[in-house]
Amino acid sequence: MKNVTLDPIDRQILLASQDGLPLSITPFAVLARALGLEQAELLARLRRLQERGIVRRVAAVPNHFRLGFVANAMTVWDVDDAHARRLGRTVGALSFVSHCYLRPRRLPVWPYNLFAMVHGKSREETEGQRAAIAALLGDACRASDVLYSVRILKKTGFRLRPQDPEAKDEPCSG
Amino acid sequence: MGPPAPRRSAPLPLTQLQRALLDRFQRDFPLVARPFAAMAKAVGASEAEVIVALAELREAGALARVGATLAPNRAGASTLAAMAVPSERLEEVADLVSAFPEVNHNYEREHRFNLWFVVTAESRTRIEEVLATIEARSGLPVLDLPLVRPFKLDLGFPLPWS
Repeated sequence: MKNVTLDPIDRQILLASQDGLPLSITPFAVLARALGLEQAELLARLRRLQERGIVRRVAAVPNHFRLGFVANAMTVWDVDDAHARRLGRTVGALSFVSHCYLRPRRLPVWPYNLFAMVHGKSREETEGQRAAIAALLGDACRASDVLYSVRILKKTGFRLRPQDPEAKDEPCSG
Repeated sequence: MGPPAPRRSAPLPLTQLQRALLDRFQRDFPLVARPFAAMAKAVGASEAEVIVALAELREAGALARVGATLAPNRAGASTLAAMAVPSERLEEVADLVSAFPEVNHNYEREHRFNLWFVVTAESRTRIEEVLATIEARSGLPVLDLPLVRPFKLDLGFPLPWS
């Protein structure tokens, strides 16, 4: 993924919408007015941000805990590097996996390189999902663990600070 | 910052309309002048009913927000960080971490590594500053686990209601 530069207006739009859209009949008009833009321009820019992959989605974002999906597990796996990309794609394609990615190991304290988030209404359900992932990984997986979430301490949308300079071209790292 | 989720809250009773809205609009929120009217049409309700249903969900803490989610590392940098915090210091360290505007998710998890948070900033340099400051102030090491490769990023997923 290539890092991109945001123009100042796009940046303002993202800043203004970071806590969510107002639940008014014309939320984009409200936002546009606050930014001194035409609604049509704001909508066109949002679409463009999405096409460019800067905005991943515009959505109603649920709080899974509050909806009764209380078993939210981060499953982590130590997968043979030679097979990690192929297996990561396979695990990511499972419908009950919401996020899946490779991250670096931090030996000796953290041996896991593949992460897959699963959600259920009970631990029985998520343990079944975990078993399904283990079966897919087979012998390529040397060790695994599961980290259930206990509580959300902070959850906000993306954060751009108003005082930030424009995003710089930094190598993709995070 | 969304409302804190209680450890064991009773599941919220939802209306059919609320379920339908959550099922259909975890992505592709209509980018049109009257998005709630477009959503209403899709689920067979009125615009006012959709707005009320979403407002109630938000009020109850079941809807984090209606809005845009940024892709990681496109307009800056991000990482997933973890700390093994002694339980008697968890509140203190969690507060220290959450106080950074660069921290947008912070979760307690059941594990020796019990504090997990996402740091997003305009540059990798700033992320390293934030992590170093957290280490210095807490006196505890921080695992820095930046994304190597995504296979799936949350685009919403089917909610298994029943």
